[in-house]
Amino acid sequence: MKHELIEKNVMLLAALTAVAISFGGLVEIIPLMNDKTATTPAPGLHMRTPLEVAGRDVYVREGCYGCHSQMVRSLGEEVLRYGPASQAGESVYDHPFQWGSKRTGPDLARIGGRYSDEWHKIHLNNPRDVVPESNMPGYPWLAKQQFEPGEVPAMMRALKRVGVPFDDAEIAKADDEVAGKSKMDALIAFLQTLKAPQPAPAVAGGGPAKTESTP
Amino acid sequence: MTVVWGIVGMLVGVWIAAELLWPQLNMDIPWLTYSRLRPLHTNAVIFAFGGSALFATSYWCVQRTCRAPLFLPWLANFTFWGWNLVIVLAAVTLPFGITQGKEYAELEWPIDILIAIVWVAYAVVFFGTIAKRTVSHIYVANWFFGAFILAVALLHIVNSAAIPVSLFKSYSAYSGATDAMVQWWYGHNAVGFFLTAGFLGMMYYFVPKQVGKPIYSYRLSIVHFWALIAVYMWAGPHHLHYTALPDWVQSLGMVFSLILLAPSWGGMINGMMTLSGAWHKLRDDPIVKFLIVSLSFYGMSTFEGPMMSIKTVNALSHYTDWGIGHVHSGALGWVAMISIGSIYALLPRAFGKPQMYSVKAINLHFWLSTVGTVLYITAMWSAGLMQGLMWRATEADGTLTYSFIESLKATYPFYAVRLAGGLVFFSGMLVMAWNCWRTLASPTPESMPQAAEVRA
Repeated sequence: MKHELIEKNVMLLAALTAVAISFGGLVEIIPLMNDKTATTPAPGLHMRTPLEVAGRDVYVREGCYGCHSQMVRSLGEEVLRYGPASQAGESVYDHPFQWGSKRTGPDLARIGGRYSDEWHKIHLNNPRDVVPESNMPGYPWLAKQQFEPGEVPAMMRALKRVGVPFDDAEIAKADDEVAGKSKMDALIAFLQTLKAPQPAPAVAGGGPAKTESTP
Repeated sequence: MTVVWGIVGMLVGVWIAAELLWPQLNMDIPWLTYSRLRPLHTNAVIFAFGGSALFATSYWCVQRTCRAPLFLPWLANFTFWGWNLVIVLAAVTLPFGITQGKEYAELEWPIDILIAIVWVAYAVVFFGTIAKRTVSHIYVANWFFGAFILAVALLHIVNSAAIPVSLFKSYSAYSGATDAMVQWWYGHNAVGFFLTAGFLGMMYYFVPKQVGKPIYSYRLSIVHFWALIAVYMWAGPHHLHYTALPDWVQSLGMVFSLILLAPSWGGMINGMMTLSGAWHKLRDDPIVKFLIVSLSFYGMSTFEGPMMSIKTVNALSHYTDWGIGHVHSGALGWVAMISIGSIYALLPRAFGKPQMYSVKAINLHFWLSTVGTVLYITAMWSAGLMQGLMWRATEADGTLTYSFIESLKATYPFYAVRLAGGLVFFSGMLVMAWNCWRTLASPTPESMPQAAEVRA
């Protein structure tokens, strides 16, 4: 049998294994990097302010993605519960993505504007003060922590290097903007941005913005 | 160290299961909080417990099946210390929120680089040992270990690509949907290669060895090896059904996930049928029990997986505790049990003892593991099914029947059962630690030949 050839040659075995495991990634990932639906920002996609950038970092650091998704699936009941289904173009500025994989708590992709900043403050401090049945941990330390000078500009510069189009003037103002703000303020500012992108009203001749269809 | 890290990882697991029931348990201390510890649990059980078991068994197996000592023993020593350093660094950084924010790939870039270095050293030792073998054929188990080493290197390097902000922080090089695809290509194959191919290598050595019979079908092992490694790499997108990932990728992922059932069951059948003619060992030898029951759980999980990858089923199961149940039927039932069985087989031989100190304790451990796993997964299945149904239930007028918090409230009893299952499984690990310690402490009989030293 011909397979014997492979069984007796470690180089050949390793080479063929490498070939066998390469196709899946090549076919599924490379085209995606050139797929316009995945790489073009959604119309009206919000550019994060320095405080919101910092807030997203708090979200990642605390591991919120372990229990909260940021992805409204294109299913009728999800659109009913959370709002318009998420589109790929909404996540273009996200490094890393935070779509999540488990909902011990609800999806957050459309949480922005639903609750006041004050509600979030109480809730993050001790969730059971506003939702008695909740099992979410409290994050009281966030209210006591602030950002070091230079910390947020460094974040924004790194994000710019991976493709988020911040302009340098805004990066320069970043320290001033987060001065005196707590990490909780930043996280809340970020949470309030989580909503469906609002496309600017179409100019004459342009069709109406595409709306979500509910299956 | 496998046993030690297994206990640490599972202890963290039990702790966070309790936190989901009693959220006040974090006492408002950041590094004791569920969301910071959950990555520590996953990294500890996958890479510390699973990884150590794989290093130990692959080094053991490759030397015996190649009839050659390890290539560059000092480098093998380096992989041991390097890997354990990675684990310690993970245990220190993750609770402090130093994370890349991608599941099972949370470790920050300096640790990622260390992992890559250790992994290359591992590949050199492993393939070097095969190269200087004194038998002509490369044994099946080594194909699987080899594919696992190569694939994990590829996955780790591609998925961890990031731009550093500081020593403790970096941003993924990929954006949004692409990042999601790369992550789940990595995430699913961390399961496919780290937790499957590697452990199948373990199976292909320890099952025939412990049973005392050759593997059931050599031809089947060839077919299912190539099919498994080629198809697994395509299955990642099933983690992203109905999301904003373009539809064509989702459909591709679903089709390949369904195909994956065949090679997965090929492995299970090959392992189980090796027992034909020696079924009585299942009654007499608790190590064989561990090995064979682990294959049953493997068969169950790899049937359940393709089913869950069907888009309509996934619409119900995704984001619920069903997924957690599925993972643990694989992690506790397959990965942990085959490792435990293999270690019980390996430990006395590696240290020149006639057998484990207490066979009764192995039996007790077997029952604790099985009962713990069953409690855990049935609780999570029920919880997941219930959550999925409650989230989609609508009234006649088209409004939602339940608020989100009602579904959480209804889940609490299941979380209690899950915690109990986890505790039972964990107590089995303590029995194992005691048994291993007593085995090592028992006097070595003069007549036993000293086997080459292998770390377990």
